[in-house]
Amino acid sequence: MREVAVIGTGMTRFGELWDSSLRDLCVEAGLKALESAGADKLDSIYIGNMSAGQFVGQEHLGPLMADYLGMAGVPAARVESACASGGMALRSAFFEVASGASDLVLAAGVEKMNDGADVTGVLATASDQEAEVYYGVTFPGLYAMVARAHMEKYGTTVEDMSWVSVKAHRNGARNPNAQFRRLVSLEDVMMSTMVAEPLRMLHCSPVTDGAAAVLLCPVDRAKEFTDRPVKILASAAATSTLSLTHRKDMADLDVVELSAERAYKMAGLTPGDIHVAEVHDCFAIAEICCYEALGFVERGKGKDAAKDGVTDLGGRIPVNMSGGLKSKGHPVGATGIAQAITIVEQLRGEAGESQVEGARVGLAQNMGGSGASSVIHIFQGV
Amino acid sequence: MPSPRYIREIPARYRLEASRCTACGKVVYPGRKVCPSCGSREAETVRLSTKGTVVTSTVIHVPPDEFLNEAPYAMAVVETPEGARLMTQIVDCDPSTVLPGMMVDLEFRRVREERKSGILCYGHKGVPAGT
Repeated sequence: MREVAVIGTGMTRFGELWDSSLRDLCVEAGLKALESAGADKLDSIYIGNMSAGQFVGQEHLGPLMADYLGMAGVPAARVESACASGGMALRSAFFEVASGASDLVLAAGVEKMNDGADVTGVLATASDQEAEVYYGVTFPGLYAMVARAHMEKYGTTVEDMSWVSVKAHRNGARNPNAQFRRLVSLEDVMMSTMVAEPLRMLHCSPVTDGAAAVLLCPVDRAKEFTDRPVKILASAAATSTLSLTHRKDMADLDVVELSAERAYKMAGLTPGDIHVAEVHDCFAIAEICCYEALGFVERGKGKDAAKDGVTDLGGRIPVNMSGGLKSKGHPVGATGIAQAITIVEQLRGEAGESQVEGARVGLAQNMGGSGASSVIHIFQGV
Repeated sequence: MPSPRYIREIPARYRLEASRCTACGKVVYPGRKVCPSCGSREAETVRLSTKGTVVTSTVIHVPPDEFLNEAPYAMAVVETPEGARLMTQIVDCDPSTVLPGMMVDLEFRRVREERKSGILCYGHKGVPAGT
């Protein structure tokens, strides 16, 4: 396989973007990525998207976006793995370049969630329709069950989860693209509206419109496009049971652990080699589970990490410097690509006030469903 | 939902039919062709006991549109004596009392109703054991 680099990035602001359509968002992010690398041609396009069909009634995003990017004729297809669609689109693009089949491949992610759909119902389709959703469970409800199982097994508390949200907003407040650029206090989180016990509104990521795109090429061509390419050291993915009920242990996200083992092996690294990470904090409990599954802390110790500052800027392993899904926003299909962009900016030293000093290796972890799919990329500054 | 889709699920939802792997004995609900534990493709149909224990739970305060009138309601993953796990609502009690370890009986109930002229959808719900 050839070595692959990220040579261009582009994203929209995240938020309730009433003036922008699904295609507007994707085109804005895609063109920014092309312009940032000075590229005007593409060999292939992957569009990460969970559910444009349900959110706005539009399927077949490959040709739509290729056409609107001025690239009609280029092979293009949508990649879907629920909220991990963006990460899986990046993985598809990575292997197409690594294989030698293509040189310039765009991996974009997009979701337009605020166009009037029953968002709770649409998101629930990422879990088992016949065995779970039929009975009235929601997505926050599934993660609430993970939270309660984690509390039973490890003694995690609502306050522990709340510190994760406080940290997310502290970081998101510094991110000009974030949906919620404001601080929240521990009390704000713990007194916010109940969604699914024990999860409150400020333990949950919001409903967001947005898009993000990265441009990949072989490392040996990267300098044609940028002075600061970022190499992709690993792309690894895993699946677990679709239904939460069938997990071996509902307190642990086994899918994250399995994808992490594969990613570390492919990169020849250990958790201690990671300087900065973006993890899939769709709910505060998910970030705690990810700390453990990624090996950043011992199993059962995830609850203390945010509270003790271990994962804060200046901590041992800074996590979600973008504000995470919680504060930056979570346009589900775009999230995996936006995470990658945050890591690329960190490794290029372009993260401004959120810059992790000396960051050379970074990890992005993107998850689908209640922990049914996970995809991890590890990056290194060149 | 279209009626064929509903009818296909009746054995699992009305009679709690599950599959038991004839190689390793794993019981899984709803039933499937391939054992998730050992990979065997030989399974027999068994009916689950109408009782179990709550493994984890939540109380839904922000429901999907179809359940608007029922919120807040408790939901749980219940494990039956056969070792099968299923997702269900727990009713006829204060939702805040539905916590891991609670014993429940599974009763045949109406689960949801579709919009005007739609199907009345049935299945099992948990109630506190012995009530």
